[in-house]
Order: sequence, then C-alpha cells, then structure tokens
Amino acid sequence: MAETAVKDINSGVEEKEPLFGKKERKLLTDPLSDNNPITVQVLGICSALAVTSLVLPSVVMAIAVIFVTAFSNLFTSMLRNYIPKQVRMIVQLVIIATLVTVVELTLKYLNYPVYKQLSVYIGLIITNCIVMGRAEAFAMANKPWKSFLDGIGNGLGYGAILIIVGVIREVFGKGTLFAGTGIELKIIGPTADFLINTTESVMFGWYANNNLMVLPASAMFIIGILIWIQRSMNPKLVDIS
Amino acid sequence: MNSTNKVIGFILIMTVFVAVLLTGLREVTKEKAALNEELFNKRAILMAVESHLPDGKKVKDLSDADVGSIFASNIEQLGLNMKGEAVEGVLAEDIDMAKERKKPEADRLLPLYIYTEGGETFYIISVRGNGLWDEIWGNIALESDLSTVTGAAFDHKGETPGLGAEIKDNVSFSAQFAGKEIYDDNGNYTSIVVRKGGAKDVRHDVDGISGATVTSDGVTEMLQRGIKYYEPYFAKLKSNI
Repeated sequence: MAETAVKDINSGVEEKEPLFGKKERKLLTDPLSDNNPITVQVLGICSALAVTSLVLPSVVMAIAVIFVTAFSNLFTSMLRNYIPKQVRMIVQLVIIATLVTVVELTLKYLNYPVYKQLSVYIGLIITNCIVMGRAEAFAMANKPWKSFLDGIGNGLGYGAILIIVGVIREVFGKGTLFAGTGIELKIIGPTADFLINTTESVMFGWYANNNLMVLPASAMFIIGILIWIQRSMNPKLVDIS
Repeated sequence: MNSTNKVIGFILIMTVFVAVLLTGLREVTKEKAALNEELFNKRAILMAVESHLPDGKKVKDLSDADVGSIFASNIEQLGLNMKGEAVEGVLAEDIDMAKERKKPEADRLLPLYIYTEGGETFYIISVRGNGLWDEIWGNIALESDLSTVTGAAFDHKGETPGLGAEIKDNVSFSAQFAGKEIYDDNGNYTSIVVRKGGAKDVRHDVDGISGATVTSDGVTEMLQRGIKYYEPYFAKLKSNI
C-alpha cells in the first residue's frame, strides 16, 4: 500500500495544500479500482457475502459503511498525536463502535422498518476489517482531511462491489430488482412486469429462480469472478503478491 | 509509570465522553423510536386482517393516525392466562411474546386482539416459534366460528433472505392461509400444516417453501403448539354462545 509510506511530518509549518488536488482525488478514486478494498485487498468479505442477497440492504449497508469509515478515519486522524501507542487499537475500536451505535440509533429514529430489516448487519459493521484497516494503516499517519477522503473512497469502493453483487444476486436469485422498496420490479421469470408488446409473452419467461444465488456461497463465486475480471484487465495488479 | 497514567487517563476521558454522547443521543431519540416500534407492531397485527380493513384499505396505505384510530375504535385487547381467562389490567400490546416463551408454560400470558368491522368479529392470536437461524413469529386472524382463518402474517429475526425469509417477504405464502381451517368436521384440532412438496389436504395444508424446509417445519410446529394455547379460551367462548 503506497499511502502508508506518506508520512505526516509535524514540522509546525502548515504546508499549503489544495482542498481537492490531484492527490486528494486519487484518494477517492484509487479504492474504486486499483486499490479496491474487496477485490484487491480482499477485506470486508464477510459482510459482502452476508448482506448482498438483495439490492436494498446492499445500498443501506454501503451508505452506513461509507459514513463509518469516513468519520472513524477523521476522528482517528484528529486524535493521532494524542493516542497512546499501547492502546491505539482499542481507541480505534471505541471510535468505530460509537459511530456504529450512532448509525443504529439514527436508523431506529428515522426508518424503523429498515432498521428491523438490517439490525444484525448494522452491528456487524464493527467487525468489518476495512474500517479498522483504514484507521490503522492510513488515518494514524495522515492529516484529518486526507483521512476523511480516504475513508469515503474506501467506503465507496466497498459499496460499489456490494451493489454490483447485490444486483446480480437479486436478479438471478429472485427475478426482481429493488425488492422491499416502493419501486420493486419483477425483471425476469414467468411473472415479470415487462411484456413484449403484441405477443403477450414475457421477457425471459422461461427463467426459473436460481436458489444458489440467494445463498451467501454465490457471492463468493461472484466476487471471485469480479477479481478475475479486474486482474486480467489490469496488468498492474498481477504481481501484487 | 508516567506513561501508564497517561494511558489510563486517556482511556478514562474517552470512555466517559463516548458514554455521555451515546446516552444523550439515545435519550433524544428514545421517544420517537419507541413510537416507531409500537406502530410497527400494530401494523403487523393489522396484516392478519388486511382483507377486512375499513374502506378496503391495505396496511401499507394506512397512515400512522389511521393505525391509531383503528386500534382505538375497532380493536379490543385482552391478555389471557393459560386457563383462557382474561387477566385484569393487562393489554395485549403489553405482552412481549419473546419474554413469555422463556417462562414455564403454565405461567405464560397470551395476547388476543378482537377486531370488529362491518358487523363481523375476528380473533387475532399471536404465535411464536423457531425457524432455522432464530425465532419466527406470526399473527393469525380467525373468523367468529373460531376455526376458519381470515389471514395470517409472519415475521422472523434472521431467516435466509430469499429462502426462509419468504414467510414474510412472499405475499403469496401468507395469502394461502386465508380460508384454511384449524378444526376438522368432527371438531378435532388439526392446526395448519406447511407441507413440503405442496399441500395435500385442501382445508388444512399450505404449500411449503422450496429450499426452506426447516423454516417451513418451524412454522408448522409454531402453529400446532401456538394456536392450541388459545383452546381453553375458545372453549369458554363457544360454551357462552
């Protein structure tokens, strides 16, 4: 990881840094492709397998993780010069756990049905290694603004994979998209919403739902295939190990 | 020694700060969250009599105020003991089924909602049991003959999305319960069986969910045991007629 090499020098002289320079943009875009937390660093796999059977929980999980990584990075970075070395992991864990509790309470306040649906998964953000990995590897050695951007970037990279897997699994496992929201669509299968005009037949009417797709094991295969595609398209990644 | 003091000091300050912050947030959101939960539970009760709501509405079309007014004007709440007697001063909505399950069978309390609409009376009972991963529960509405099911709605804590979770998500599963009977012609208790491979007995069976045998069997067991708890009350009701 190249970022960890960037050392924060406390020279006391504030360097003039642009708010959105090239480096800052790279912090946001790198985790989306070249340094994706799931497909390249292979972190956060557990929750990526567990919550992606439908699109809605994938999206909510992605938003929650973006929030938690961004702010845990921000707070860890702000405190980085005061945190005693011996207990830095515990401190990071407390920051993360606090943020997750904030997410949980807010969701309970704003949208109880979604909270009910996701309650177990929200708690599981604490165990997501991306959050602590970024706090330890990046935020402990960088300034708050950069750490904040790095958190958002990694959250986005994680969320993007989650949503891709969620879409594939929901379409092939249930034949629907956005189930559980107001705009649920039946995409394929005998009862699909889309009729081909004139002949009353349904698109892919022959398709029977694949039960493997609703099981977490299918996410393992999908993520594996995504890693394969990404590596064969990007020669930079091949020698990473 | 000095550094130990610093560590202890840091952790102390941080813990107190976080504790105060989270307690404050919880206090602020508590009231609304409790109200959200209450409305969520009341909607779940109304799901069982969705086919007989005032003005032919669906539960999801009801506003929070509608839910409140239905509970105020159309529903009588009783808390029954295991002998089928109504316990003074106990409302059905105060009974926590999860807690009741942990008590010895003879000490349990049973919630009963008596719903009247358009001159018809429905008895909504609550059942709770185990699915594959965790608890499952449901509300079942019976017609005034105390045998024919008007409707049923189920929920679960952690069944597999797309498989066991279909007891809640798939409307066509719960829709099968309407019109089924829990007693046969001779007045023997038959309950309703969720049958793997498809319903055999038109009056007492519903189709199981393929790929979710354990959850389906859990529903069968829950109904078998849970509805029977109300038999003493039903017997009293019938002898009064």
